[in-house]
Amino acid sequence: MKLVIAVIKPFKLDEVREALSAAGVQGMTVTEVKGFGRQKGQTEIYRGAEYTTNMVPKIKIEVAIEDSQASHVVETIQQAAHTGSIGDGKIFVMDIGQAVRIRTGETNETAL
Amino acid sequence: MKFDLKSLGLALAGAALVAAAPALAQEAAAAAPAPAPVPNKGDTAFMMVATVLVLLMILPGLQLFYGGLTRSKNMLSTMTQIGAATCFAMLIWVVYGYSMAFGPDASDGLKPYVSSFDKLFLAGITPDSTAATFTDGVVIPEYVFVAFQMTFAAITVSLVLGSVVERIKFSAVMVFTLVWLTLVYFPIAHMVWAAGGLFFEMGALDFAGGTVVHINAGVSALVAALILGKRIGYQKDSMAPHSLTLTLVGTGLLWVGWFGFNAGSALEANGSAGLAMINTFVATAAAALAWMITERAFGHKPSSLGLASGIIAGLVAVTPAAGNSGPFGAICLGIVAAVVCYVFVAVVKPKLGYDDSLDAFGIHGVGGIVGAIGTGIVYAPSLGGPGGADFDMGAQLGTQFAAVGFTIGWAALGTVVAIYFAKLITGLRVSPEVEREGLDLGEHGERAYNN
Repeated sequence: MKLVIAVIKPFKLDEVREALSAAGVQGMTVTEVKGFGRQKGQTEIYRGAEYTTNMVPKIKIEVAIEDSQASHVVETIQQAAHTGSIGDGKIFVMDIGQAVRIRTGETNETAL
Repeated sequence: MKFDLKSLGLALAGAALVAAAPALAQEAAAAAPAPAPVPNKGDTAFMMVATVLVLLMILPGLQLFYGGLTRSKNMLSTMTQIGAATCFAMLIWVVYGYSMAFGPDASDGLKPYVSSFDKLFLAGITPDSTAATFTDGVVIPEYVFVAFQMTFAAITVSLVLGSVVERIKFSAVMVFTLVWLTLVYFPIAHMVWAAGGLFFEMGALDFAGGTVVHINAGVSALVAALILGKRIGYQKDSMAPHSLTLTLVGTGLLWVGWFGFNAGSALEANGSAGLAMINTFVATAAAALAWMITERAFGHKPSSLGLASGIIAGLVAVTPAAGNSGPFGAICLGIVAAVVCYVFVAVVKPKLGYDDSLDAFGIHGVGGIVGAIGTGIVYAPSLGGPGGADFDMGAQLGTQFAAVGFTIGWAALGTVVAIYFAKLITGLRVSPEVEREGLDLGEHGERAYNN
Protein backbone atom coordinates (compact mmCIF):
# COMPACT_ATOMS: atom_id res chain seq x y z
CA MET A 1 0.00 0.00 0.00
CA LYS A 2 1.16 3.55 -0.73
CA LEU A 3 0.25 6.91 0.71
CA VAL A 4 0.42 9.66 -1.90
CA ILE A 5 0.77 13.15 -0.45
CA ALA A 6 0.35 16.01 -2.91
CA VAL A 7 0.73 19.73 -2.15
CA ILE A 8 -1.09 21.65 -4.87
CA LYS A 9 -2.47 25.07 -5.76
CA PRO A 10 -5.81 25.58 -3.99
CA PHE A 11 -7.79 26.32 -7.14
CA LYS A 12 -6.64 23.00 -8.67
CA LEU A 13 -8.39 20.91 -6.02
CA ASP A 14 -11.59 20.24 -7.98
CA GLU A 15 -9.73 19.15 -11.10
CA VAL A 16 -7.49 16.80 -9.10
CA ARG A 17 -10.45 15.33 -7.26
CA GLU A 18 -12.34 14.62 -10.49
CA ALA A 19 -9.29 13.11 -12.16
CA LEU A 20 -8.62 10.84 -9.18
CA SER A 21 -12.24 9.70 -9.00
CA ALA A 22 -12.05 8.82 -12.69
CA ALA A 23 -8.84 6.88 -11.96
CA GLY A 24 -10.72 4.74 -9.41
CA VAL A 25 -9.51 6.32 -6.17
CA GLN A 26 -12.16 5.84 -3.44
CA GLY A 27 -11.41 8.69 -1.06
CA MET A 28 -8.99 11.34 -0.02
CA THR A 29 -8.12 13.63 2.88
CA VAL A 30 -7.75 17.35 2.15
CA THR A 31 -6.06 19.92 4.40
CA GLU A 32 -5.53 23.67 3.96
CA VAL A 33 -1.85 24.28 4.58
CA LYS A 34 0.75 27.04 4.20
CA GLY A 35 4.32 26.73 3.09
CA PHE A 36 7.00 27.83 0.70
CA GLY A 37 9.37 26.35 -1.81
CA ARG A 38 12.07 27.83 -3.99
CA GLN A 39 9.83 30.84 -4.65
CA LYS A 40 10.18 31.90 -0.98
CA GLY A 41 6.69 33.36 -0.69
CA GLN A 42 4.85 36.27 -2.26
CA THR A 43 5.03 40.04 -2.10
CA GLU A 44 2.01 42.21 -1.28
CA ILE A 45 1.94 46.00 -1.57
CA TYR A 46 -0.28 48.21 0.58
CA ARG A 47 -0.10 51.96 -0.13
CA GLY A 48 3.43 51.54 -1.38
CA ALA A 49 4.66 49.50 1.59
CA GLU A 50 5.86 46.05 0.58
CA TYR A 51 5.07 43.05 2.72
CA THR A 52 6.66 39.70 2.01
CA THR A 53 4.41 36.79 2.84
CA ASN A 54 6.75 33.90 3.62
CA MET A 55 4.04 31.26 3.63
CA VAL A 56 1.82 30.74 0.64
CA PRO A 57 -1.59 29.05 1.06
CA LYS A 58 -1.73 25.54 -0.47
CA ILE A 59 -3.91 22.45 -0.36
CA LYS A 60 -2.49 19.13 0.82
CA ILE A 61 -4.29 15.96 -0.33
CA GLU A 62 -3.56 12.49 1.00
CA VAL A 63 -4.63 9.37 -0.85
CA ALA A 64 -4.10 5.77 0.31
CA ILE A 65 -3.96 3.27 -2.58
CA GLU A 66 -2.87 -0.22 -3.56
CA ASP A 67 0.70 -0.55 -4.80
CA SER A 68 -0.44 -1.33 -8.36
CA GLN A 69 -2.28 2.02 -8.62
CA ALA A 70 0.63 4.15 -7.45
CA SER A 71 2.26 5.21 -10.70
CA HIS A 72 -1.08 5.89 -12.39
CA VAL A 73 -2.32 8.00 -9.45
CA VAL A 74 0.89 10.04 -9.29
CA GLU A 75 0.69 10.68 -13.00
CA THR A 76 -2.98 11.66 -12.74
CA ILE A 77 -2.29 14.20 -9.99
CA GLN A 78 0.72 15.58 -11.80
CA GLN A 79 -1.33 16.22 -14.92
CA ALA A 80 -4.43 17.56 -13.18
CA ALA A 81 -2.54 19.95 -10.90
CA HIS A 82 -0.19 21.23 -13.59
CA THR A 83 -0.33 24.87 -14.70
CA GLY A 84 3.28 25.30 -15.76
CA SER A 85 3.83 28.35 -13.55
CA ILE A 86 5.93 28.54 -10.39
CA GLY A 87 4.35 27.11 -7.21
CA ASP A 88 2.48 24.17 -8.76
CA GLY A 89 3.49 21.99 -5.81
CA LYS A 90 4.98 18.57 -5.12
CA ILE A 91 3.93 14.91 -4.85
CA PHE A 92 5.41 12.49 -2.31
CA VAL A 93 4.86 8.73 -2.18
CA MET A 94 5.30 6.73 1.05
CA ASP A 95 4.84 3.13 2.12
CA ILE A 96 1.95 2.33 4.44
CA GLY A 97 2.65 -0.22 7.20
CA GLN A 98 -0.94 -0.99 8.13
CA ALA A 99 -4.47 0.20 7.38
CA VAL A 100 -7.65 -0.42 9.43
CA ARG A 101 -11.25 0.56 8.66
CA ILE A 102 -12.60 1.72 12.01
CA ARG A 103 -16.25 0.79 11.38
CA THR A 104 -15.69 -2.87 10.45
CA GLY A 105 -12.19 -3.70 11.65
CA GLU A 106 -11.15 -4.75 8.12
CA THR A 107 -7.43 -4.41 7.54
CA ASN A 108 -4.96 -3.47 4.80
CA GLU A 109 -6.12 -3.59 1.11
CA THR A 110 -9.76 -4.32 1.99
CA ALA A 111 -9.74 -1.32 4.31
CA LEU A 112 -8.68 1.16 1.60
CA MET B 1 -44.70 78.70 15.25
CA LYS B 2 -44.31 80.77 18.38
CA PHE B 3 -42.90 83.57 16.34
CA ASP B 4 -45.82 83.47 13.94
CA LEU B 5 -48.26 83.88 16.82
CA LYS B 6 -46.26 86.80 18.12
CA SER B 7 -46.24 88.62 14.81
CA LEU B 8 -49.92 87.89 14.39
CA GLY B 9 -50.47 89.47 17.80
CA LEU B 10 -48.49 92.52 16.78
CA ALA B 11 -50.46 92.83 13.58
CA LEU B 12 -53.78 92.60 15.44
CA ALA B 13 -52.62 95.21 17.92
CA GLY B 14 -51.57 97.39 15.02
CA ALA B 15 -54.94 96.95 13.36
CA ALA B 16 -56.68 97.96 16.55
CA LEU B 17 -54.55 101.07 16.75
CA VAL B 18 -55.29 101.89 13.11
CA ALA B 19 -58.96 101.74 13.87
CA ALA B 20 -58.59 103.93 16.95
CA ALA B 21 -56.17 106.60 15.85
CA PRO B 22 -54.54 106.57 12.43
CA ALA B 23 -51.82 109.06 13.33
CA LEU B 24 -50.75 107.06 16.36
CA ALA B 25 -50.67 103.84 14.32
CA GLN B 26 -48.22 105.31 11.84
CA GLU B 27 -45.90 106.29 14.64
CA ALA B 28 -46.14 102.79 16.15
CA ALA B 29 -45.40 101.15 12.82
CA ALA B 30 -42.34 103.28 12.32
CA ALA B 31 -41.05 102.44 15.80
CA ALA B 32 -41.63 98.66 15.56
CA PRO B 33 -38.40 96.74 14.76
CA ALA B 34 -38.15 94.82 11.47
CA PRO B 35 -39.39 91.26 12.07
CA ALA B 36 -36.58 88.76 12.74
CA PRO B 37 -36.05 86.26 9.89
CA VAL B 38 -37.78 82.90 10.29
CA PRO B 39 -35.89 79.69 9.44
CA ASN B 40 -37.01 78.07 6.21
CA LYS B 41 -38.21 74.52 6.79
CA GLY B 42 -36.42 73.24 3.71
CA ASP B 43 -33.08 74.65 4.89
CA THR B 44 -33.68 73.28 8.35
CA ALA B 45 -34.53 69.79 7.14
CA PHE B 46 -31.51 69.82 4.83
CA MET B 47 -29.17 70.82 7.64
CA MET B 48 -30.53 68.20 10.01
CA VAL B 49 -29.91 65.50 7.40
CA ALA B 50 -26.45 66.91 6.66
CA THR B 51 -25.65 66.78 10.38
CA VAL B 52 -26.48 63.10 10.78
CA LEU B 53 -24.60 62.35 7.55
CA VAL B 54 -21.45 63.71 9.20
CA LEU B 55 -22.11 61.39 12.13
CA LEU B 56 -22.35 58.53 9.61
CA MET B 57 -18.86 59.48 8.45
CA ILE B 58 -17.53 58.80 11.94
CA LEU B 59 -19.73 55.93 13.17
CA PRO B 60 -19.27 53.64 11.41
CA GLY B 61 -17.50 55.19 8.40
CA LEU B 62 -14.18 56.24 9.87
CA GLN B 63 -14.28 53.39 12.40
CA LEU B 64 -14.42 50.80 9.63
CA PHE B 65 -12.03 52.65 7.35
CA TYR B 66 -9.38 52.93 10.05
CA GLY B 67 -10.25 49.63 11.76
CA GLY B 68 -9.85 47.58 8.59
CA LEU B 69 -6.40 49.09 8.07
CA THR B 70 -5.13 47.94 11.46
CA ARG B 71 -4.16 44.41 12.43
CA SER B 72 -7.01 42.23 13.66
CA LYS B 73 -5.72 42.37 17.25
CA ASN B 74 -6.30 46.16 17.27
CA MET B 75 -9.59 46.34 15.37
CA LEU B 76 -11.83 47.01 18.38
CA SER B 77 -9.41 49.37 20.07
CA THR B 78 -9.29 51.51 16.93
CA MET B 79 -13.08 51.56 16.68
CA THR B 80 -13.47 52.24 20.41
CA GLN B 81 -10.99 55.10 20.43
CA ILE B 82 -12.86 56.80 17.59
CA GLY B 83 -16.27 56.16 19.13
CA ALA B 84 -15.32 57.34 22.61
CA ALA B 85 -13.43 60.41 21.37
CA THR B 86 -16.52 61.32 19.34
CA CYS B 87 -18.81 60.98 22.36
CA PHE B 88 -16.45 63.05 24.50
CA ALA B 89 -16.12 65.74 21.82
CA MET B 90 -19.91 66.09 21.68
CA LEU B 91 -20.15 66.69 25.42
CA ILE B 92 -17.23 69.13 25.48
CA TRP B 93 -18.82 70.94 22.56
CA VAL B 94 -22.07 71.70 24.37
CA VAL B 95 -20.31 72.55 27.65
CA TYR B 96 -17.89 75.16 26.28
CA GLY B 97 -16.70 74.30 22.75
CA TYR B 98 -19.54 76.00 20.90
CA SER B 99 -19.17 79.09 23.03
CA MET B 100 -15.41 79.20 22.42
CA ALA B 101 -15.75 78.79 18.66
CA PHE B 102 -19.02 80.55 17.79
CA GLY B 103 -20.13 82.34 20.96
CA PRO B 104 -20.54 86.09 21.41
CA ASP B 105 -17.48 88.23 20.69
CA ALA B 106 -14.64 88.17 23.19
CA SER B 107 -12.65 91.30 24.04
CA ASP B 108 -10.97 92.95 21.05
CA GLY B 109 -7.56 91.43 21.72
CA LEU B 110 -8.93 87.89 21.88
CA LYS B 111 -11.61 88.23 19.22
CA PRO B 112 -9.48 87.05 16.24
CA TYR B 113 -8.61 83.80 18.05
CA VAL B 114 -11.54 82.76 20.18
CA SER B 115 -15.08 83.73 21.21
CA SER B 116 -16.22 84.46 24.74
CA PHE B 117 -17.55 81.96 27.21
CA ASP B 118 -20.98 83.64 27.37
CA LYS B 119 -22.78 80.62 25.89
CA LEU B 120 -21.36 78.02 28.32
CA PHE B 121 -23.72 75.03 28.52
CA LEU B 122 -25.48 76.59 25.49
CA ALA B 123 -26.83 79.30 27.77
CA GLY B 124 -29.49 81.46 26.17
CA ILE B 125 -30.11 79.19 23.17
CA THR B 126 -33.78 78.25 22.68
CA PRO B 127 -35.70 76.56 19.88
CA ASP B 128 -36.42 80.09 18.63
CA SER B 129 -32.79 81.22 18.41
CA THR B 130 -31.30 81.31 14.97
CA ALA B 131 -27.88 81.27 13.36
CA ALA B 132 -27.03 83.30 10.27
CA THR B 133 -26.20 81.65 6.95
CA PHE B 134 -24.33 83.09 3.97
CA THR B 135 -27.43 84.88 2.67
CA ASP B 136 -28.69 88.04 4.35
CA GLY B 137 -32.02 87.43 6.02
CA VAL B 138 -31.75 83.63 5.81
CA VAL B 139 -31.28 81.77 9.09
CA ILE B 140 -31.38 78.24 10.47
CA PRO B 141 -32.28 77.20 14.01
CA GLU B 142 -29.26 77.70 16.24
CA TYR B 143 -29.61 74.22 17.74
CA VAL B 144 -29.18 72.75 14.26
CA PHE B 145 -26.10 74.87 13.68
CA VAL B 146 -24.69 73.83 17.08
CA ALA B 147 -25.25 70.15 16.26
CA PHE B 148 -23.82 70.46 12.73
CA GLN B 149 -20.63 72.09 13.97
CA MET B 150 -20.46 69.59 16.84
CA THR B 151 -20.04 66.72 14.38
CA PHE B 152 -17.09 68.57 12.79
CA ALA B 153 -15.28 68.79 16.12
CA ALA B 154 -15.93 65.08 16.68
CA ILE B 155 -14.64 63.91 13.31
CA THR B 156 -11.56 66.12 13.39
CA VAL B 157 -10.24 64.74 16.66
CA SER B 158 -11.10 61.22 15.46
CA LEU B 159 -9.05 61.74 12.29
CA VAL B 160 -5.97 62.57 14.35
CA LEU B 161 -6.13 59.16 16.01
CA GLY B 162 -5.32 57.42 12.72
CA SER B 163 -1.61 58.11 13.22
CA VAL B 164 -1.34 56.76 16.77
CA VAL B 165 -3.53 53.65 16.82
CA GLU B 166 -2.10 50.25 17.75
CA ARG B 167 0.07 51.74 20.53
CA ILE B 168 -1.62 54.63 22.37
CA LYS B 169 -3.41 54.04 25.67
CA PHE B 170 -7.17 54.50 25.69
CA SER B 171 -6.91 56.86 28.66
CA ALA B 172 -4.35 58.93 26.77
CA VAL B 173 -6.79 59.25 23.85
CA MET B 174 -9.42 60.71 26.19
CA VAL B 175 -7.06 63.22 27.81
CA PHE B 176 -5.68 64.17 24.41
CA THR B 177 -9.21 64.72 23.08
CA LEU B 178 -10.03 67.16 25.89
CA VAL B 179 -6.84 69.20 25.65
CA TRP B 180 -6.49 69.15 21.87
CA LEU B 181 -10.05 70.28 21.18
CA THR B 182 -9.64 73.13 23.66
CA LEU B 183 -6.24 74.36 22.53
CA VAL B 184 -6.33 73.55 18.84
CA TYR B 185 -9.72 72.80 17.33
CA PHE B 186 -12.01 75.41 18.91
CA PRO B 187 -9.65 78.34 18.26
CA ILE B 188 -8.95 77.32 14.64
CA ALA B 189 -12.66 76.73 13.93
CA HIS B 190 -13.29 80.22 15.32
CA MET B 191 -10.48 81.79 13.30
CA VAL B 192 -11.70 80.32 10.01
CA TRP B 193 -15.47 80.30 10.30
CA ALA B 194 -16.65 82.83 12.90
CA ALA B 195 -17.23 86.48 12.05
CA GLY B 196 -14.32 88.38 13.59
CA GLY B 197 -12.04 85.34 13.34
CA LEU B 198 -8.51 85.95 12.09
CA PHE B 199 -8.68 84.06 8.78
CA PHE B 200 -12.36 84.88 8.26
CA GLU B 201 -11.54 88.59 8.30
CA MET B 202 -8.50 87.99 6.04
CA GLY B 203 -10.84 86.42 3.50
CA ALA B 204 -9.34 82.91 3.59
CA LEU B 205 -11.48 80.46 1.62
CA ASP B 206 -12.40 77.25 3.43
CA PHE B 207 -15.80 75.97 2.44
CA ALA B 208 -16.15 72.83 4.55
CA GLY B 209 -13.00 72.53 6.60
CA GLY B 210 -9.88 71.94 4.53
CA THR B 211 -7.95 74.05 7.01
CA VAL B 212 -10.03 73.51 10.13
CA VAL B 213 -10.49 69.78 9.74
CA HIS B 214 -7.93 68.23 7.43
CA ILE B 215 -4.75 70.29 7.72
CA ASN B 216 -5.42 70.66 11.42
CA ALA B 217 -5.98 66.93 11.97
CA GLY B 218 -3.22 65.85 9.59
CA VAL B 219 -0.48 68.02 11.06
CA SER B 220 -1.56 67.12 14.59
CA ALA B 221 -1.45 63.44 13.60
CA LEU B 222 2.11 63.77 12.35
CA VAL B 223 3.27 65.55 15.48
CA ALA B 224 1.49 63.04 17.73
CA ALA B 225 3.01 60.08 15.84
CA LEU B 226 6.49 61.57 16.10
CA ILE B 227 6.22 62.09 19.86
CA LEU B 228 4.64 58.69 20.44
CA GLY B 229 7.26 56.81 18.42
CA LYS B 230 7.02 53.89 16.04
CA ARG B 231 5.09 50.70 16.63
CA ILE B 232 7.16 47.70 17.70
CA GLY B 233 8.32 45.95 14.54
CA TYR B 234 7.51 48.87 12.23
CA GLN B 235 9.11 48.33 8.82
CA LYS B 236 10.21 44.85 9.97
CA ASP B 237 7.09 42.83 10.74
CA SER B 238 4.08 42.48 8.51
CA MET B 239 1.57 45.17 9.43
CA ALA B 240 -0.68 44.60 6.47
CA PRO B 241 -4.34 45.73 6.83
CA HIS B 242 -6.40 42.94 8.36
CA SER B 243 -9.56 43.61 6.34
CA LEU B 244 -9.57 45.69 3.21
CA THR B 245 -13.19 44.65 2.79
CA LEU B 246 -14.15 46.65 5.88
CA THR B 247 -11.89 49.51 4.83
CA LEU B 248 -13.77 49.71 1.55
CA VAL B 249 -17.12 49.64 3.38
CA GLY B 250 -15.84 52.50 5.54
CA THR B 251 -14.66 54.36 2.45
CA GLY B 252 -18.13 54.17 0.95
CA LEU B 253 -19.75 55.44 4.15
CA LEU B 254 -17.25 58.28 4.32
CA TRP B 255 -18.05 59.35 0.79
CA VAL B 256 -21.81 59.27 1.42
CA GLY B 257 -21.39 61.16 4.70
CA TRP B 258 -19.13 63.69 3.05
CA PHE B 259 -22.13 65.14 1.22
CA GLY B 260 -23.42 66.25 4.61
CA PHE B 261 -19.99 67.64 5.36
CA ASN B 262 -19.51 69.56 2.11
CA ALA B 263 -23.01 70.35 0.84
CA GLY B 264 -24.18 71.01 4.41
CA SER B 265 -21.48 73.65 4.75
CA ALA B 266 -23.55 75.84 2.44
CA LEU B 267 -25.89 76.06 5.48
CA GLU B 268 -28.84 76.35 3.09
CA ALA B 269 -30.46 74.03 0.57
CA ASN B 270 -29.50 76.09 -2.45
CA GLY B 271 -27.31 76.24 -5.55
CA SER B 272 -24.14 76.57 -3.54
CA ALA B 273 -24.97 73.29 -1.80
CA GLY B 274 -25.65 71.80 -5.24
CA LEU B 275 -22.24 72.97 -6.46
CA ALA B 276 -20.60 71.44 -3.38
CA MET B 277 -22.48 68.24 -4.07
CA ILE B 278 -21.40 67.79 -7.68
CA ASN B 279 -17.81 68.73 -6.75
CA THR B 280 -17.87 66.08 -4.03
CA PHE B 281 -18.78 63.55 -6.71
CA VAL B 282 -16.38 64.45 -9.47
CA ALA B 283 -13.25 65.48 -7.55
CA THR B 284 -13.47 62.20 -5.67
CA ALA B 285 -13.99 60.11 -8.78
CA ALA B 286 -11.03 61.77 -10.48
CA ALA B 287 -8.78 61.32 -7.46
CA ALA B 288 -9.65 57.63 -7.07
CA LEU B 289 -8.69 56.84 -10.65
CA ALA B 290 -5.65 59.14 -10.50
CA TRP B 291 -4.33 57.24 -7.45
CA MET B 292 -4.66 53.92 -9.28
CA ILE B 293 -2.97 55.30 -12.39
CA THR B 294 -0.16 56.65 -10.21
CA GLU B 295 0.30 53.18 -8.70
CA ARG B 296 0.58 51.81 -12.21
CA ALA B 297 3.08 54.50 -13.17
CA PHE B 298 5.20 53.51 -10.17
CA GLY B 299 5.24 49.93 -11.45
CA HIS B 300 2.61 48.40 -9.16
CA LYS B 301 -0.80 46.87 -9.72
CA PRO B 302 -3.84 49.16 -9.36
CA SER B 303 -5.05 48.18 -5.88
CA SER B 304 -8.29 48.32 -3.93
CA LEU B 305 -6.55 50.25 -1.17
CA GLY B 306 -5.37 52.63 -3.88
CA LEU B 307 -8.98 53.14 -4.91
CA ALA B 308 -9.98 53.80 -1.30
CA SER B 309 -7.01 56.08 -0.64
CA GLY B 310 -7.70 58.06 -3.80
CA ILE B 311 -11.33 58.50 -2.78
CA ILE B 312 -10.30 59.92 0.60
CA ALA B 313 -7.59 62.13 -0.93
CA GLY B 314 -10.13 63.55 -3.39
CA LEU B 315 -12.70 64.16 -0.67
CA VAL B 316 -10.11 65.91 1.48
CA ALA B 317 -8.84 68.09 -1.34
CA VAL B 318 -12.30 69.18 -2.47
CA THR B 319 -13.45 70.04 1.06
CA PRO B 320 -12.15 73.64 1.13
CA ALA B 321 -13.08 74.06 -2.53
CA ALA B 322 -16.49 72.38 -2.46
CA GLY B 323 -18.52 75.55 -2.98
CA ASN B 324 -15.52 77.56 -4.13
CA SER B 325 -14.75 75.84 -7.40
CA GLY B 326 -16.38 74.78 -10.63
CA PRO B 327 -16.65 71.05 -11.29
CA PHE B 328 -13.63 71.01 -13.60
CA GLY B 329 -11.52 72.92 -11.12
CA ALA B 330 -12.56 70.28 -8.57
CA ILE B 331 -11.53 67.45 -10.91
CA CYS B 332 -8.09 69.03 -11.35
CA LEU B 333 -7.76 69.43 -7.58
CA GLY B 334 -8.67 65.80 -7.04
CA ILE B 335 -6.09 64.56 -9.54
CA VAL B 336 -3.28 66.71 -8.15
CA ALA B 337 -4.12 65.74 -4.57
CA ALA B 338 -4.14 62.02 -5.39
CA VAL B 339 -0.70 62.15 -7.03
CA VAL B 340 0.86 64.29 -4.29
CA CYS B 341 -0.66 62.18 -1.48
CA TYR B 342 0.52 58.97 -3.16
CA VAL B 343 4.08 60.27 -3.27
CA PHE B 344 3.92 61.25 0.40
CA VAL B 345 2.46 57.95 1.51
CA ALA B 346 4.44 55.57 -0.70
CA VAL B 347 7.74 57.38 -1.12
CA VAL B 348 8.33 60.10 1.47
CA LYS B 349 7.01 58.25 4.54
CA PRO B 350 9.11 55.09 4.11
CA LYS B 351 12.18 57.24 3.37
CA LEU B 352 11.80 59.36 6.49
CA GLY B 353 10.72 56.36 8.54
CA TYR B 354 8.09 58.02 10.73
CA ASP B 355 5.15 55.82 11.73
CA ASP B 356 1.95 57.60 10.69
CA SER B 357 0.10 54.29 11.08
CA LEU B 358 -2.91 54.86 8.82
CA ASP B 359 -1.60 57.87 6.87
CA ALA B 360 -3.65 60.51 8.67
CA PHE B 361 -0.97 63.05 7.79
CA GLY B 362 -0.13 61.61 4.37
CA ILE B 363 -3.71 61.90 3.16
CA HIS B 364 -5.54 64.42 5.37
CA GLY B 365 -2.64 66.76 6.06
CA VAL B 366 -1.08 66.70 2.62
CA GLY B 367 -4.41 66.52 0.76
CA GLY B 368 -5.75 69.35 2.91
CA ILE B 369 -2.77 71.56 2.09
CA VAL B 370 -3.11 70.84 -1.64
CA GLY B 371 -6.85 71.56 -1.43
CA ALA B 372 -6.56 74.75 0.64
CA ILE B 373 -3.91 76.28 -1.60
CA GLY B 374 -5.59 74.98 -4.75
CA THR B 375 -8.84 76.63 -3.67
CA GLY B 376 -7.11 79.98 -4.15
CA ILE B 377 -6.65 79.01 -7.81
CA VAL B 378 -9.87 77.23 -8.75
CA TYR B 379 -11.99 80.01 -7.19
CA ALA B 380 -11.16 82.11 -10.26
CA PRO B 381 -14.16 82.69 -12.54
CA SER B 382 -11.90 82.11 -15.57
CA LEU B 383 -11.48 78.52 -14.33
CA GLY B 384 -15.21 78.07 -13.74
CA GLY B 385 -15.10 79.04 -10.08
CA PRO B 386 -17.66 81.25 -8.31
CA GLY B 387 -15.25 84.19 -7.71
CA GLY B 388 -16.26 87.69 -8.79
CA ALA B 389 -14.91 89.41 -11.89
CA ASP B 390 -12.47 91.35 -9.68
CA PHE B 391 -10.94 88.14 -8.24
CA ASP B 392 -7.21 88.61 -7.59
CA MET B 393 -5.59 85.17 -7.62
CA GLY B 394 -2.22 86.36 -6.37
CA ALA B 395 -3.68 88.06 -3.32
CA GLN B 396 -6.00 85.14 -2.62
CA LEU B 397 -3.13 82.66 -2.82
CA GLY B 398 -1.19 84.80 -0.36
CA THR B 399 -4.13 84.65 2.04
CA GLN B 400 -4.47 80.87 1.58
CA PHE B 401 -0.75 80.34 2.23
CA ALA B 402 -0.92 82.52 5.34
CA ALA B 403 -3.91 80.62 6.72
CA VAL B 404 -2.32 77.24 5.95
CA GLY B 405 1.03 78.20 7.45
CA PHE B 406 -0.53 79.66 10.59
CA THR B 407 -2.73 76.58 11.03
CA ILE B 408 0.25 74.23 10.67
CA GLY B 409 2.15 76.13 13.35
CA TRP B 410 -0.82 76.39 15.72
CA ALA B 411 -1.80 72.74 15.33
CA ALA B 412 1.77 71.52 15.82
CA LEU B 413 2.30 73.59 18.94
CA GLY B 414 -1.07 72.71 20.47
CA THR B 415 -0.54 69.01 19.78
CA VAL B 416 2.83 69.04 21.52
CA VAL B 417 1.12 70.44 24.62
CA ALA B 418 -1.84 68.03 24.38
CA ILE B 419 0.29 64.91 23.86
CA TYR B 420 2.77 65.72 26.63
CA PHE B 421 -0.12 66.51 28.96
CA ALA B 422 -1.66 63.13 28.13
CA LYS B 423 1.73 61.54 28.75
CA LEU B 424 1.98 63.22 32.15
CA ILE B 425 -1.46 61.99 33.22
CA THR B 426 -1.62 58.54 31.63
CA GLY B 427 1.85 57.50 30.46
CA LEU B 428 0.65 57.79 26.84
CA ARG B 429 1.84 54.47 25.43
CA VAL B 430 0.82 50.91 26.28
CA SER B 431 3.44 48.47 27.57
CA PRO B 432 5.36 46.42 24.98
CA GLU B 433 3.49 43.30 26.19
CA VAL B 434 0.09 44.88 25.54
CA GLU B 435 1.27 46.19 22.19
CA ARG B 436 2.38 42.71 21.11
CA GLU B 437 -0.76 41.05 22.38
CA GLY B 438 -2.94 43.71 20.78
CA LEU B 439 -4.86 46.61 22.31
CA ASP B 440 -8.22 44.86 21.97
CA LEU B 441 -7.40 42.45 24.76
CA GLY B 442 -4.87 44.61 26.56
CA GLU B 443 -6.96 47.79 26.81
CA HIS B 444 -10.55 46.62 26.46
CA GLY B 445 -10.59 42.92 27.36
CA GLU B 446 -12.30 41.91 24.14
CA ARG B 447 -11.49 40.30 20.81
CA ALA B 448 -12.86 41.55 17.50
CA TYR B 449 -13.12 38.06 16.08
CA ASN B 450 -13.83 34.89 18.03
CA ASN B 451 -13.42 31.74 16.04
